[in-house]
Amino acid sequence: MSVPTAIRGRGSYLWFLLPGALLLTAVVLVPFLMNVGISFTEWSGVGEPEWIGLDNYRRLVEDGTFWASFRHNVGLVVAMAVLPTAIGLVIAAGLFDYVGKRFGPRRASVLRACFYLPQVLPIAVAGIVWTWILAPQDGALNEVLRAVGLRSLAHNWLGDPDLALWTVMGVMLWIQVGYPVVIFMSGMQRVDPSLHEAAELDGASWWGRFWHVTLPQIRPEVFVVLLTCTIAALKVFAPIYVLTRGGPGGATTVPSYYSFQNFFEKTRVGYGAAIATVLTVLILVLTAVFLRVQNRGER
Amino acid sequence: MRRHAVLWSFAALAALMLVPFGVVALNAVKTPAEYATDGPLSLPDGVSVTGIVDFWERVDFGEKLFNSFVISGSVAVLAVVVSVLNAYALGIGRVRGRLWILVVFLIANTLPQEALVYPLYFLTNKVGLYDTKTAVVVIFTVIQAAFGTYLLTSTLGGFPRELLEAARVDGANKWQTLVRVVVPVSRPTLGVLFVFFFIWTWNEFFLPLVLLISNDNQTVPVALGVLQGQRMMDATMTSASALLGVIPAIAFFLIFQRALTRGITAGAVK
Repeated sequence: MSVPTAIRGRGSYLWFLLPGALLLTAVVLVPFLMNVGISFTEWSGVGEPEWIGLDNYRRLVEDGTFWASFRHNVGLVVAMAVLPTAIGLVIAAGLFDYVGKRFGPRRASVLRACFYLPQVLPIAVAGIVWTWILAPQDGALNEVLRAVGLRSLAHNWLGDPDLALWTVMGVMLWIQVGYPVVIFMSGMQRVDPSLHEAAELDGASWWGRFWHVTLPQIRPEVFVVLLTCTIAALKVFAPIYVLTRGGPGGATTVPSYYSFQNFFEKTRVGYGAAIATVLTVLILVLTAVFLRVQNRGER
Repeated sequence: MRRHAVLWSFAALAALMLVPFGVVALNAVKTPAEYATDGPLSLPDGVSVTGIVDFWERVDFGEKLFNSFVISGSVAVLAVVVSVLNAYALGIGRVRGRLWILVVFLIANTLPQEALVYPLYFLTNKVGLYDTKTAVVVIFTVIQAAFGTYLLTSTLGGFPRELLEAARVDGANKWQTLVRVVVPVSRPTLGVLFVFFFIWTWNEFFLPLVLLISNDNQTVPVALGVLQGQRMMDATMTSASALLGVIPAIAFFLIFQRALTRGITAGAVK
């Protein structure tokens, strides 16, 4: 085999890093820097970009759609990080502690699989499933409501500007909730059962044990789930593209979709790049916090 | 009785999670006429595969499946290889500055794809790779390997030193040590990574949507998403399309269930 001599014997391990580093540079680092560069220009994608300094960012500050898109993102953080974590804790504790212990781990894991199933769907496919269920005329949800006599509750779920964001949040909750359930249940396996026994001897209720024994023990998992889900919520694109295309009337636009629109529909490439850069900074700050706290936890 | 009440409420909740799948399957096998008269909730009179066959032929679904398999499979293999090479240098070789290099990989993994999409679109056009599977394979190899490097470096950091030492004493060079000792010993972790890369790539939407515009190159999620956007399908065909999108995902889930649940926990807390 022809292996560079440097790898033989005492040569450096750096050679092994070479392909990965080159690929990373070409596919991630250079494009990322280009994007930052483009954000300082006005450019339609053809011809020469025109340098305009910070103008795009100044425009962003005054752009109502931009701020609205971040407000919608906050809703998605609630639906994809906060609520799934809270609900996931209850379900995981119930399945692990109650169902698992009294009815056998097999039943608990079957139920866990049911909660996790939406997570394996391509989000675009989940979006199609739900657009179809939520269709205003003959969608399954409205049909159910009419069938049980709640006709007044039937709505144009994705087409009503006041409702659309809430509907999207509901769909995202359905998609997301299985992830914390699985992570928390595996974290709970780590908890020393004798802690629970001791608490039980002291007369602690189920709720008391959950709050004072289980929760502190799986804090690392809770933290990881909150952060990864928050980052995922900030990046959301596919569900918006498939469910609402940011509509109706911009009621569900998020930063990632707004930048996509500027890149490819409005051909305001510089402006789109500025939106993407702001989103990146936000996500990187969150990641830095994540690394910080994780390192502190390890020490 | 109370203990059963808890079990049943969890079971009911779990069943509720599955209702959308059931409704889709139910309506995918109806005829459009049946759907028009009886609505989405009635049981189908019989199993009609018209909607499914129509949709399959209309989008050439076989081709989309093939594209998805080729892209996801190539990415999974290549990204595992790149991750191993990187992690070997960082976790076992402990090259200088490895902490910072690792941070760069982690950042690469967390960057929103929106911040890369236009330059990638522009550059792939420049080098003639726009609208090719190759471009998508290369890009996702890098993105997945960034995560793989991060995860695998910490795993290999705890690799038994005695084994490395023994290989060295036997006269193995670094390359031989990697291929004959490190890779075989880490095979279970590599398997988990492979499964993850495959499924993640299969489910990707944003970059494939932008980079694969011609029908012949589209993946399953992109083809379904684009068609959905055009609102040109009737209700039974839409549910047929959703069913066809769901089936591979559930198949992977059942096949890989073990690796999946083990893997997400490994990835989360490391």
